[in-house]
Amino acid sequence: MVTAHPGLPEFDYVKPASLAEASRFLAEHAGAARAFMGGTDIFVRLRDGAWQAQYLVDVKHLEGMQALSFDPAAGLTIGAAVNLNRINAAPSVREHYPVLAEAAGTVASYQLRTRATLAGNVCNASPAGDTLAACLVLAGQVSVHGLAGPRQVALKDFFRGPGKTALQPGDVVTALRFPLPPAGYAAKYLKLGRNTLGDLAIVGVAALGYREAAAAAGLRFRVGLASVAPTPLLLEPAALSAGPVDEAALTAAAEAVAAAAAPIDDVRGSAEYRRLMVRNLARQALTEVWRKIAA
Amino acid sequence: MSLHHITLTINGAVERATVPANLTLLQLLRETLALTGTKNGCAAGECGACTVLLALPGAERGEPVNSCMVLAVECDGAAVVTVEGLAHDHQLDPVQQALLEAGGVQCGFCTPGVLISARALLDRNPRPSEAEIREALVGNLCRCTGYLRIIAGIQAAAQLGAPAGPAA
Repeated sequence: MVTAHPGLPEFDYVKPASLAEASRFLAEHAGAARAFMGGTDIFVRLRDGAWQAQYLVDVKHLEGMQALSFDPAAGLTIGAAVNLNRINAAPSVREHYPVLAEAAGTVASYQLRTRATLAGNVCNASPAGDTLAACLVLAGQVSVHGLAGPRQVALKDFFRGPGKTALQPGDVVTALRFPLPPAGYAAKYLKLGRNTLGDLAIVGVAALGYREAAAAAGLRFRVGLASVAPTPLLLEPAALSAGPVDEAALTAAAEAVAAAAAPIDDVRGSAEYRRLMVRNLARQALTEVWRKIAA
Repeated sequence: MSLHHITLTINGAVERATVPANLTLLQLLRETLALTGTKNGCAAGECGACTVLLALPGAERGEPVNSCMVLAVECDGAAVVTVEGLAHDHQLDPVQQALLEAGGVQCGFCTPGVLISARALLDRNPRPSEAEIREALVGNLCRCTGYLRIIAGIQAAAQLGAPAGPAA
């Protein structure tokens, strides 16, 4: 037996044969068992003592977990165990959801992304989750398997606080689904880190816009924010749906987005700095999207 | 703690081991199999000193992972390539040769991980731009070289083409 150093604390490794078995085991051992995907969050937390687990339940091999599929009617389904490099490289994602490919590619490093998953990023519910702003503006849905069977939860209702989600004991996330985006839409993810690559976001802003005849301005916009509130946020700036979209409306929308943020001071930046950067990045992202869809 | 019997291929050789649930792939390599080329740096997936290529069952080719962040039990049926597996028949991999010639090695602690990341990059993108090389090395920290000679070495390796040996 090898002495674990710098090892992980002791736990049992459990590999259930089905989703039903996984849900049952997780519910019976609520508080002691954790489902895990790539482990990129959980191993760090176990090593530093922030989390304890008596059982780690590997669910990567279960049905549908490794599937990535695009259907021109139903949209995109990303199995919960699909890693971020696969999402970043998938032709269907790059063609129909380029903002998601972009956001997936900004997470940590290539070798981390070989293991890290979109579902893990969502379940970890870090306010700074790099992929979450893009997932929100793309109207993501979380497929969950629980004790009562499968169900869907809209991503906008999924986050309850830092590290807190709508998941109940026994729940396993099986996939993320994205409906077909609006025709002719454009989207942009802007991330501010302490350096260009590899760092967590100080501020992350995703903007998405599309033409809609029913809107007063003929256009609609969504903004997703990461790292600037206890949960990732999804906003629809009123200044851009009420009247004509111009430089003044974009500035007003960016101010409103900044006002909706509730950032904190931490090692990566002050609350005041974050709020200003939300305004600037939101204006930049919205302007870029607006130019594309108005052209 | 649960114990698990695993069989995996490491640098082309079949290995069998009985591993406790919490043993990492890095510990299996270094402490059980004495393959100490792979280094333990941060044990948090940040520094990349423990990077190896991992091909899980069914995968077309190995992809780089931080072996400190993978459980040995998860590697049952997998194929792993470490820095010891890059050279074949006393012939260095082109990326090893080029890094030596470029002076991209100083203390050497990051080098095994850098070599693995560079090999993986060249396998998926044989002619990377400088920006693509930098992006591929985000997860490999080097405190000696300032990276410039490492990047020059990988650019030179790209000119040399594919390695001679068998892919494990």
